[in-house]
Amino acid sequence: MKNRRQFLKESSALGAASFLAPSIYAGTAAGASELEVGVLFSLSGGLAMIEKSLSDATLMAIEEINAAGGVNGMMIKPILEDGASDPKTYNEKASKLVIRDRVPTVFGSYTSASRKAVLPVFEKRNNMYFYPTYYEGYECSKNVVYTGAVPNQQLSNFIPWIFKNLNKKKFFIVGSNYVYPREMAKVCKILIEQNGGETVGDEYLELGHSEWGAMVSKIKNSGCDVVLSNVVGGSVISFYREWKNQGMTHDQLPICASVTSELEVSAMGAEFAVGSYASFPYFQAIDTDANNSFVERYRKFVNDPMAPTHHALESSYFQVYLWKQAVEKAGEATPDAIREGIKGQVFDAPNGRVTVDPDNLHTYLTPRICQYKEDGQGTIVDEYSEPLQPLPYSAYGETSDDMYCKESGLDTSKL
Amino acid sequence: MVHRMANILFIGLSLSSILLLIALGLSITYGAMGVINMAHGELVMIGAYTAVLSGLYLNLNLFLALPLAFLVSAGVGLAVERVIIRQLYGRIIDTLLATWGVAILLQQLIRLEFGLSFFGIHVDGLGPGFQSFPIPAFLSENFDILGFTVQPYRSFIIVLTIALTFLTWFLMYRTSLGTQVRAIMRNPQMAAACGIDVNRISAWTFAYGSGLAGVAGVLLAGFKAVLPNMGESVVVDGFLVVVVGGVGSLFGTLLSAAVLGQINGVFAILTNDIVARAIVFGVVIFLILLRPNGLFGFKSR
Repeated sequence: MKNRRQFLKESSALGAASFLAPSIYAGTAAGASELEVGVLFSLSGGLAMIEKSLSDATLMAIEEINAAGGVNGMMIKPILEDGASDPKTYNEKASKLVIRDRVPTVFGSYTSASRKAVLPVFEKRNNMYFYPTYYEGYECSKNVVYTGAVPNQQLSNFIPWIFKNLNKKKFFIVGSNYVYPREMAKVCKILIEQNGGETVGDEYLELGHSEWGAMVSKIKNSGCDVVLSNVVGGSVISFYREWKNQGMTHDQLPICASVTSELEVSAMGAEFAVGSYASFPYFQAIDTDANNSFVERYRKFVNDPMAPTHHALESSYFQVYLWKQAVEKAGEATPDAIREGIKGQVFDAPNGRVTVDPDNLHTYLTPRICQYKEDGQGTIVDEYSEPLQPLPYSAYGETSDDMYCKESGLDTSKL
Repeated sequence: MVHRMANILFIGLSLSSILLLIALGLSITYGAMGVINMAHGELVMIGAYTAVLSGLYLNLNLFLALPLAFLVSAGVGLAVERVIIRQLYGRIIDTLLATWGVAILLQQLIRLEFGLSFFGIHVDGLGPGFQSFPIPAFLSENFDILGFTVQPYRSFIIVLTIALTFLTWFLMYRTSLGTQVRAIMRNPQMAAACGIDVNRISAWTFAYGSGLAGVAGVLLAGFKAVLPNMGESVVVDGFLVVVVGGVGSLFGTLLSAAVLGQINGVFAILTNDIVARAIVFGVVIFLILLRPNGLFGFKSR
C-alpha cells in the first residue's frame, strides 16, 4: 500500500513539474541536473527471464555514465516500465512514457512483436526508440535506432564460412513459424545459391513446439549435410536434446544456429550443444580486456557470479553510450537533436567498434562465429576483420551500393 | 525401407506413450469424477519442477525423482481436491473455471518463486526462466539391435507408460478400491447409498490421478524445456485423448492415445508437424461426430 501511495505522490509531483516547465521535455523540466529516459522491457511474464537481463544491462550503463559525471552535466534518471511480455502492454507503457513522462528516448523491446506494437507511438509522437535485439530487418524508421544484428550481419559470413571450412553444401533450414525465422531463411537461400549450394529442406514448427521426434528424423533422412537453425526460445532446448537422443552428433551433422546464444546453451545443458556453431556479433567468450571487464562488471551489477552475457544484452549496454554521445554532440536532449546526433556515432563496445549508419540508423557490427564447448561457452572460430554494414533489406536484394533505406526514407519502388 | 517404417512407427509409438501418460491421470480425474481439471497440465509442470529441484538440491537422479514427483503432485492434487473441488462435485462447468484458476495460481507460484521474488530472493531452479533436468547418460546413448537404432530414453518412457497403465488397470479392476471408484463413476448417489465413502474415495482417486501427472512431468522434463507454462499445451492433448477414448474407459484412453499418436507421427514425417496436428484435430472432430460418447464411452450416469 505504501508503495502505491508513494508512486501516486511521485507521479503527481512529476506531472506538476512538467506542467509548469517551459520546455516540453521532462528531462530539462525537472531541473538542469536530471535527464529522464524510459526503460521498457518485460520484467514479468514468459519473456522476463531474457528481458530482465537487457533491462539490467541498460541500467548498468546508466549507472556507469552517471558515476562518470552524466550527460552534459546532467544525471540520467531511468523510468522503469514493465512490458509484461505482452505487446498491448508494451504499447500502453510506451504511450505513458512518451506522453505523460515526456521522455525524449526510450530503450526497450526484445521481440519484434513488442517493437512493432510500440512503433506507431514513436512515429506519431516523433520520439526516439533504441532497440537492442537482433531482428529480421525489413524496417526503416526515423524514430528507431537498431543496435542488434540484422540478417546480413549474422549470415553473410556464416554461410560462406560453412562452405569453406566445414565443406558442407546441402542445407536443411529449420525455424520457428513466425516472421524472424522466415526472413532469415530468405537471406539464407540467397547466400546458399550464391555459393553454389543446395537447400534440401525448409521447415517451420510453431513457436514453443517441443516434440521434435518427427522433425529430427526427417532431417536425418533428408540427405542434408548441415542444418541451419532459426529456432527460438524453449524449442531450441528440445531440439538440441532430441538431436542427441536420436544419436546425432554435431561432428557428423552440425547444427549452425542464428539464435542459440549462451543463454539457451546453459538452459539445455552444455553437453547437448558441444560442437555446434552459432553466429552473433557478440559472445561472452570474446577474450579482450574490454569484454572481460564488461562481464565482470555485469556480474557484479546483477549480483550473480555466474550470470551469462549475450548479444542483445551487450547491445542494450552500448546503445546507452551511443545515445549519450548523441546527446552531447547535439547539445540538447530532444528527439530531433538525438536523431541528428546519433548519425555516424562511434563507440568502442565490449564486442569492438560499433558505428551507427547515418542512413538507416542500424549499427555496424562485427560478425563472429563460435563453436560451443563443454562448459557452455564458445570458442570463436571466425570473425570479420572489420565491422560490417547493416542492410535491413538484404533479403530483398539490398546491397551496400544500392541501399533501400536512406536518410530521406525508404525507397519503396525497389521492393 | 523396413528401417524407415520401423522408425516412423517408433516415433508414433513414443508420441502415443506421451499422450497416454498425460491422459492416464486425466482419464481418472475427468472420467471417474466428472471434474474438468484444467490444472492437470500444472500438475505435470509441478512434477517436472520436482525433478529439477530434487536434482539440484538432493542430487536425486531420474529414478528417484519419479516416486518423489508422484508424491508431490499427488499431495498438491489432494490439497486442491480438499479445498476446492470437493465443493463442486456435479457442477462440471464450475470445476472447469475453478481449476483454471488453480492452474494460473500454480504457474505464478513457480514463476514468482513462491512469492520470494518480491523480496528479491532468487531460488535456483524456480523463476520464469528455462530449467533443465539431466537424464542419466546410459539413457541418452543409442545402441543398435539387429540394425535398428534403439533410443533408450524414448523406450524407457514407453515401457514405463505401459507399466503405469497396467498398474492403473489393476487398481481399477482388480481391487476393492477400484470397484468402489467404478461404482462412483456410474452413479455416485447409489454408491453412497451402498455404503461407499464417496468423499474419501474421491479424494484418493484425485490424488492418484494427480500423482500420475507428476510422473509424466518428470519424463517430459527429460526432453523438453521446463518452464512455468509448459502445462498449457499438455492439458489440451490430454483432453483430446480422453474425450476420443470415451470418458471413464481406460481401454478407450489407451486405444485413442495409440491411434492419435500414430496419426500424428506418420503425418509429421510425411508432411510436417503443423499439418499433422491439423489432421489429428480433424480426426478427433470426425470421431466425436461419429461417436459423441467417445470410442468406449458409456451413456448413463
